[in-house]
Amino acid sequence: MGIQLDLSQVLEDLENTSTLDELGDVAVRLRDRLQIEHIIYHWVDGAGDQYGYTTYPDRWAERYREKNYHRIDPVILGCFQRFHPVDWKTLDWSRKVAKNFYKDALEHGVGNQGYSIPIRGPNGQFALFTVNHSCDDDTWKSFMETHGRELILIAHFFNRKALEFESDRQPDATRGQSPREVDAMTLLALGYNRAQVAHSLSISEHALRVYIESARAKLGAQNTTHAIATALSRGLIVV
Amino acid sequence: MLRYLFADELHKFPKLADGMFRDRADQFKTRLGWDVYVNENGEERDQYDDLNPLYVIWEEEDGSHGGSMRVLPTTGRVMVNEVFGHLTGGEPINSPVIWEVTRFCLSRTASPHTAGAIMLSGGEIMEGFGLTHIAGVFDARMIRIYRLIGSSPNVLGSEGKGRDQISVGLWPYSAEDCYRVAERAGIPRELSRLWFKTAFGTGRQHRFSLSA
Repeated sequence: MGIQLDLSQVLEDLENTSTLDELGDVAVRLRDRLQIEHIIYHWVDGAGDQYGYTTYPDRWAERYREKNYHRIDPVILGCFQRFHPVDWKTLDWSRKVAKNFYKDALEHGVGNQGYSIPIRGPNGQFALFTVNHSCDDDTWKSFMETHGRELILIAHFFNRKALEFESDRQPDATRGQSPREVDAMTLLALGYNRAQVAHSLSISEHALRVYIESARAKLGAQNTTHAIATALSRGLIVV
Repeated sequence: MLRYLFADELHKFPKLADGMFRDRADQFKTRLGWDVYVNENGEERDQYDDLNPLYVIWEEEDGSHGGSMRVLPTTGRVMVNEVFGHLTGGEPINSPVIWEVTRFCLSRTASPHTAGAIMLSGGEIMEGFGLTHIAGVFDARMIRIYRLIGSSPNVLGSEGKGRDQISVGLWPYSAEDCYRVAERAGIPRELSRLWFKTAFGTGRQHRFSLSA
């Protein structure tokens, strides 16, 4: 394991992907190129819907669901609400339930080494990208030293692609409005002119233009009127 | 010592957390006169504190807050894009290898080395998590402080004049800068790494190859 990885090839593969199934194919090819046992990609969107792809054996995936292991899995507990990459060794496996879980995982074909990369996307979207393998600590350390940074980038490329699928269903709603943008749009919706809005927010008209333009772009609107209508209809501003 | 704490871990260090939010109010509202919200407990908190950010806090010998900063990944919601987006040159900063630092704060009684110690944590974070840059928002008076500390940012854009000038800048990762900052702060690099490891575990600090 740990061969030279062509990052641009992975990127190209992802570029040519248009469905979640194809994303799974890319994960398998990546796993094979890295010569590791498993890749798991799991994401939760802003609405709480979950998707994922795993190369773990089906019987482990079933067992995991059946046992509600997500409630005690140290990887989930250690990565949820976090945003830094985590080597499994640094997690807390000291509790008895965690030890039993680990043993059960190994018996079902999960490798003893893992590296998980939590990702924070826009609008509360969250994803976890994990690589998993069976080997000793030194081999794993050397693998991570070579590929750690690439894996962080790849994890985010995966997520960016998954977000594209998301935005197909929910156009242009991938970036949240800033508080200033919400204020500006709300005042405009109330019938204030630009000078009045700028005055109310204690900002220059130039700065106001920037906020409006940014809000318009995020909403995918043609002009300011369209942006206000869109923001109102999505409940982003209330008047 | 430097502590690395996510927001959901602050309850384990109540004195440190209370001190941080009060010192933020003191610095940003009282001393700098920024338009920030201070709650009835005298704490400055904003919506980004609700996103479970990472705080780096300098803890004084007596357990009190000496200084701190707040860290968030630019792939999620961050101030550089949402509040200061017009200063970053048109494109939002959105990268898995760039994190944002905001609310860089020092208590009134902080020693001259505290600012450097906190900056050093930025270097540890970049090294430990494979980041290429840290993005930050800062006011005019910080430019001189950064120079003294030994790590100046590349400024992307500014607005305002004189003391009221606000800028967005990027600090590229540099091993040299880390050692220089550590030396000026009077903190051995081994100690600084130890604090980082204490927070994030020994196995996690892989040294990434820079070729990727």
